[in-house]
Amino acid sequence: MKYKDYYEVLGVAKTATLDDVKKAYRKLAHLYHPDVSKDPKGEEKFKEIAEAYATLKNPEKRADYDKIGSHKNGDNFTPPPEWQAQYGSDASGFDDVDISDFFSAFRSGVHKGANAPVKGEDYSVSVSVPLETVFHGGAINVTVELPEYDQHGLPHRRPHTFRITIPKGAQEAQRMRLAGKGGPGRNGGQSGDLFAVLTIAPHPLFRVSGSDLYFDLPLSPWEAAIGASMQVPTPGGNVELKVKSGTTSGQRLRLSKRGLPKEDGQSGDLYAVTQIQVPKEISQAEQDLYQQLSAISTFQPRAHFNMEVK
Amino acid sequence: MNVQIAEWTLLNGQNACSITYLRDVSGLSEEEINELIENGLLTPIDSKAMAKIFPMHSIVTVSSARRLRDDFELDSHGMILALTLMQRIDDLQSELNLLRAQFK
Repeated sequence: MKYKDYYEVLGVAKTATLDDVKKAYRKLAHLYHPDVSKDPKGEEKFKEIAEAYATLKNPEKRADYDKIGSHKNGDNFTPPPEWQAQYGSDASGFDDVDISDFFSAFRSGVHKGANAPVKGEDYSVSVSVPLETVFHGGAINVTVELPEYDQHGLPHRRPHTFRITIPKGAQEAQRMRLAGKGGPGRNGGQSGDLFAVLTIAPHPLFRVSGSDLYFDLPLSPWEAAIGASMQVPTPGGNVELKVKSGTTSGQRLRLSKRGLPKEDGQSGDLYAVTQIQVPKEISQAEQDLYQQLSAISTFQPRAHFNMEVK
Repeated sequence: MNVQIAEWTLLNGQNACSITYLRDVSGLSEEEINELIENGLLTPIDSKAMAKIFPMHSIVTVSSARRLRDDFELDSHGMILALTLMQRIDDLQSELNLLRAQFK
């Protein structure tokens, strides 16, 4: 079994009082709670903090934990003989037991012979889905490590892979509930649930806002000035887009119902955001033409600067 | 690799569930769920109906409420305040995402 230093996780001394442990937990929970923190590693960090707190706030469990002695984080340690006797398993039976699963089972009173049904824990896994899968629908595999209990009641983590179908119309941050696919229940208790939280993977062209999509449409100065027709990408394939004469930078040209499908069967819109670009280097002929244009044009882009300041 | 074909429920606004279902899934009491409704954090599909039903995405709210209650050892007032502030943050985040999508 690998050692986890719960005192270090909470940043308290081994002599810390229950009050110190509570204060340390609350301070860290405010920073890393998955419902509060936007830190991508927040959930993982919070689990560690919650495990440490669950063990150290309970005098009985803390005493049991302290029996392990002092080790470095991640060190393998031999479980005390009384644990081995209690579980009817030798030290090797503990090899792949996660200490947090062990203390979680301990918390539920499994090794005490309590018979009350205990519901399994819920698990949440973040699933990154390509935009194309959200657009067309499709299946993806989700792998998550879940505890399983052996005949001695010792929890062992095993990877489980689930194939789930992403329906058309799934959205960023939407959850899918896989009922009964979380941690196993004990003493006849129900299994927990697995929640898959969908995130749409960044796309090289399209930016997602709900069901609407945005992409940048670079235009040459002459296309913006006199208008043009061009092929533009959409998730469903290229389409013809007409840019009107006199188009300016930052305009949003709407391609109706070319965005992502919605859950009600409709579709969002696709917006092309215009960006007028100029060549970094121009030939002599081009320069001559620009100069001719400059000479004959009456266009004054900064006309509004000529206001009198009062 | 052993792949299990999993049945799932999409927690969206199209599917619906009862208050009993929300209670069973989240571990909140019906009283706590009713407090969430009173404070506008959960909205039944038809508020005048005798047996209230809720959009399936309400599961996200009740699960979050239960986690906050347990993990921060909050009473119902604290839980509701935290959820209200989190929903405001979510709304602001959505606006920020929209602006980022529009203007990169």
